[in-house]
Order: sequence, then structure tokens, then C-alpha cells
Amino acid sequence: MANILLRHRDIPDINKIDVYKANGGFKAFEQAVKMKPTEVTDVVKNSGLRGRGGAGFPTGMKWAFMDNNNWPHYVVANADESEPGTFKDREIMEGNPFQFLEGVAIASYAVGANAAYIYLRGEFWQVAAFLDEKIEEMEKAGYLGEKLFGTDYSLKIYTHLGAGAYICGEETALLESLEGKRGQPRIRPPFPPSFGLYGKPTVVNNVETFANVPMIIANGADWYKSMGTPDSAGVKVFSLSGRVRKPGNYELPFGVTFRELIYEYGGGILEGRPVKAIMAAGASSSLIAVDDKALDTPMDYASVRTLGADLGSASVIVIDDTVSIDWVINKTIHFFKHESCGKCTPCREGNYWMLHLIERIRHNGSSSEDVELLHNVAKQMQNKCLCALGEFATMAVVTGIDRFPQDFKLPMRNLES
Amino acid sequence: MSLAEKYPKEIEKILAKYPPEHKRSAVMPLLYLAQREEGYVDRHAMRDIAALVDMTETEVASIIGFYTLYHDKPEGKLRIQVCADLPCALRGADQFLSDLCAKLGIEPGGTTADGLITVEPVMCLAACDKAPMFQTQGPDGIKYHENMTVETTIDLIEELKKAK
Repeated sequence: MANILLRHRDIPDINKIDVYKANGGFKAFEQAVKMKPTEVTDVVKNSGLRGRGGAGFPTGMKWAFMDNNNWPHYVVANADESEPGTFKDREIMEGNPFQFLEGVAIASYAVGANAAYIYLRGEFWQVAAFLDEKIEEMEKAGYLGEKLFGTDYSLKIYTHLGAGAYICGEETALLESLEGKRGQPRIRPPFPPSFGLYGKPTVVNNVETFANVPMIIANGADWYKSMGTPDSAGVKVFSLSGRVRKPGNYELPFGVTFRELIYEYGGGILEGRPVKAIMAAGASSSLIAVDDKALDTPMDYASVRTLGADLGSASVIVIDDTVSIDWVINKTIHFFKHESCGKCTPCREGNYWMLHLIERIRHNGSSSEDVELLHNVAKQMQNKCLCALGEFATMAVVTGIDRFPQDFKLPMRNLES
Repeated sequence: MSLAEKYPKEIEKILAKYPPEHKRSAVMPLLYLAQREEGYVDRHAMRDIAALVDMTETEVASIIGFYTLYHDKPEGKLRIQVCADLPCALRGADQFLSDLCAKLGIEPGGTTADGLITVEPVMCLAACDKAPMFQTQGPDGIKYHENMTVETTIDLIEELKKAK
């Protein structure tokens, strides 16, 4: 099947504006601005498209939430891609930038925004410079600017670089950062569609989400829904990493199984070892203890949940039997301790103590008291943090200890306890 | 020379991106501009930026402190920032980092005796399928280097030294 998002793999030079145009580029945007904005939103709603940043929230519904009594409206693209194991948005922006930008443009039209910002993580310095060139080309070609396609609609798109903070992928922290503040999450509600950038209604979507939009407008909601599963429509870019032979991005319909991804596409495990654990949503994942049932589970939002885990942004990190889980959670705890923004106490202090405990466990040898205490700290953080980062920090810790007690030299514990 | 005298065109371009009543949004791009040459933001630049965007100097300093890519003191002119996060570590990033540091005679986080190179582990750089990898942060901005070995890294360092 031809790629829908990673079209640069099928069409060389699609990151050049002439090639993009020759392959139907900007037709969807033109089609959209000749529709009513609400009609555009309805198509996206009917397509079943869900946000690709991790939360899987229905995209069209988010657009429809925009407060029409408060103007101006903004659209913000979340290109802060920072979840360990996720590297899809960068490929989309480098390989197929115009489709992403066209998606931003269509979304902006649908919600009545005349300005859109692309918030890129600071490390994507080169990507931002590249997108700036592409935006300029679109302006010259009349796809951005004043009175587009002979209508009254005007749009400007700007890039904005972050500066190294995972938390800025959280949408309200991203908005704070874009406003020139420290990137710390806001208390919600209100949510961005009523109180976003500069206090104005704002749609924040992930890069991959936007990249889907032109194809949906061009081909229709039914076409899109014909791919994937009833719960999770369409295609997804799966970022496959860890102990596989061929790590990389794979664009596949939702519902493909872990086994297919790892063995058919990823070439199997290094040195032919067995899979021990999978983290399906990057470092934020619950650890899936792998057996045949897990490997044959379809990757869609609902099915992965039956394994006591989430699909999230579909950043599939594969762990083989050469790796001990205490080492894995040491890595994730270091990450979240470093990235906790410090605003709320459970996350700031919880990560601090988890780090101390895991270092003590690893350096002094496991004592069952310390492992119990680590588990206890993680459990106490759950449902108490201001944003999802604090929750994410606990996922691998709790499930690691619960599902791989042998790696902490503990007797098997009851999963429900 | 103040920042405004040094980079008038760049500053104008940056400020034009944001609504005039929200020029504080420009603080992050202005900080990148300020540390472009020396690799860090000094007190004078902080004061200049504060004046440009109507913030206090303390608020500007708090932005520098919060984000890892801003620096407020001089270190190696070129930073080699190795991703040692979980997915990269599953593909040998920790070993790469310690081998590279051993070769350069420094500890992770340290700077070479000539003051040119700082090597430090950093959090995920979104290139997990191309480990070991690192980014270089220097006067020319940030660049990615993927599928690296200690040998190719030493070659890169020699090249960069020659280019000086």
C-alpha cells in the first residue's frame, strides 16, 4: 500500500513545492476554503481522526470546541517531539513538509485562525530553518498570505523553537512557553479551545495529526475510515526502536499486531533473542510483559488497553531478554526526574525520591523494602499530579515491579494489589 | 555593543512573528540570538533582552535556567550532546558515551583541556532508530549526527578543529 503520510518514501522530492503541487498538493486547501468552516470540521469529525500526539482525542471534536465568542483564534502545531522512542514528526516535517503545512492551513481555516504557530523542540533547529524556507515558498506561490484563492481568508504560519524541555510537549506548557514563559502546565479546565495562546481559543494538534488532514479532505471521511479499526480509524506512523534489527518509522493501518510490526517490518530481534517487554508509548508506557497473546494483540487504542497499557504516540520500544527491567526503569526515572518542571509537588518530589531509591537499589543490591518503597512512592504520585508527565513517570515503575518481580528479586505480587 | 545595535535586522524579524502586545513571546528566539557567538548569554545580553520585550532581568534569567539549551556561562565552544536515553541506550549509547569520553580524556559533562569540546549526556533527541547519535551545539546552531562510532566522532572533531 502506498504511504499516506510518509509519501516522500514513494514520491521522490515531494518536499519540493513543484513536485508536491504536481501530486495534488494544495488542492485540499483550496477545496476547504471554498467550503464553510464547519463543513471542513465535520469531514474531519466523520473521518474518525484522533490526535496522534498520544492522547488520541477526536480531532474534529476538538476543533468544534473552539469558543466562537472570543477572538482571535489560533492554531498551534505541536512539533515538540520529545518522548523517548518517538521520531516520526521529524521525518514527516523533513520528508513531506508541505502536506503537514497544508494540514495546518486547513485546520486554521476550519477554526477561523489567521495565524498559526509551529512549536518545534529546540533541537530541531535545522528542521525549523527548513520549514521557514517551505513557508516562504508557499507565501510566494500564493498559498499563504492575504486573500487566499480569491476569498477573504488570510493566513500566516510561523515557526517557534523551544529550548530543550520535554514538558513543553504538554499542550498548556507549550502555550506558556510560546508566550515567553517557563514551560509549566496550566491548571485545566479551561482547555485551550476556550483559553489557549494569549488567553484566546486555540487548537493544538500534533504534526502527524495535521499531516492526515489534507488527505481526508481530498478523499473524504469514508475513505479514511475504511482503513484501520472501528475504534482507531486510518493509518499511524509507528516508531519502532530498541532491540530490533530494523528500527525506524513504519506507516501502517491501526490494528496491525505487535508481532507483525516487530517481525515482518522490524526484521525481528537482534541475535534472534526473544522479546521480553514492550513499551508501546515510549518511556511513558506501562511495560507489557510479552507472551504470544500480547504479540498477537492488534495495535489500536482499545486493544492495547486490554494489555494494561496504552498505545499513546505508538513509539514502540522493544526490550529483549538480555535487558533487566530494573535497568529500564532506572533510565525512565532519570528521564522524568530531569524533565519534571517542578510546578507540582507530587511530580517534583516523587521523581526525586524515585531516583534516589532506584539508584540505591541498583548500587546496593535490591532490598525488598526499597523496592516496596519505590513502588509505594510511584503509586502515591498517581492521580495527584497537575499534568500527565507525573503520571507517565510512574507507569514503567509500577508495571515493571508488578510484572517483572524476578528482576527485582521479589516474590510474585498480585497485580491488583 | 548592545544586542539591538548588533543584530537590528534579526531582532526586527523575530519581533514581527508575534502580536505587538505579546512581544514577550520573542524572548526565546532572542536568547538564541544572544548566545550565537560565545555560546552563552551574559548579563549585558540579559539586560538588553529584558528591555526589548518588557520583562525584568530576573524573568529572562529564569527562562535561561528553565530550558536546557540556554547557557549562562562559557564552556566548550562546541558541545557534543549524546543521547543516552532508553531507546538509544538499548543500542549501545552508554558504551559510546564512555568510550568517547575516555578517548578525549574527560568525564561525561567535562570539557577538553583546550576548552574546545564539552561532551555531555542529554535526554532523548528523537532519533532513536539511529543510535548512537548526538547533536552538536555551537556557533552554527544545532546539528544532528546519527549512526556514529567513536572513530567517526573523532574524525568529525578533527574536521571542526581544522575549520576553525
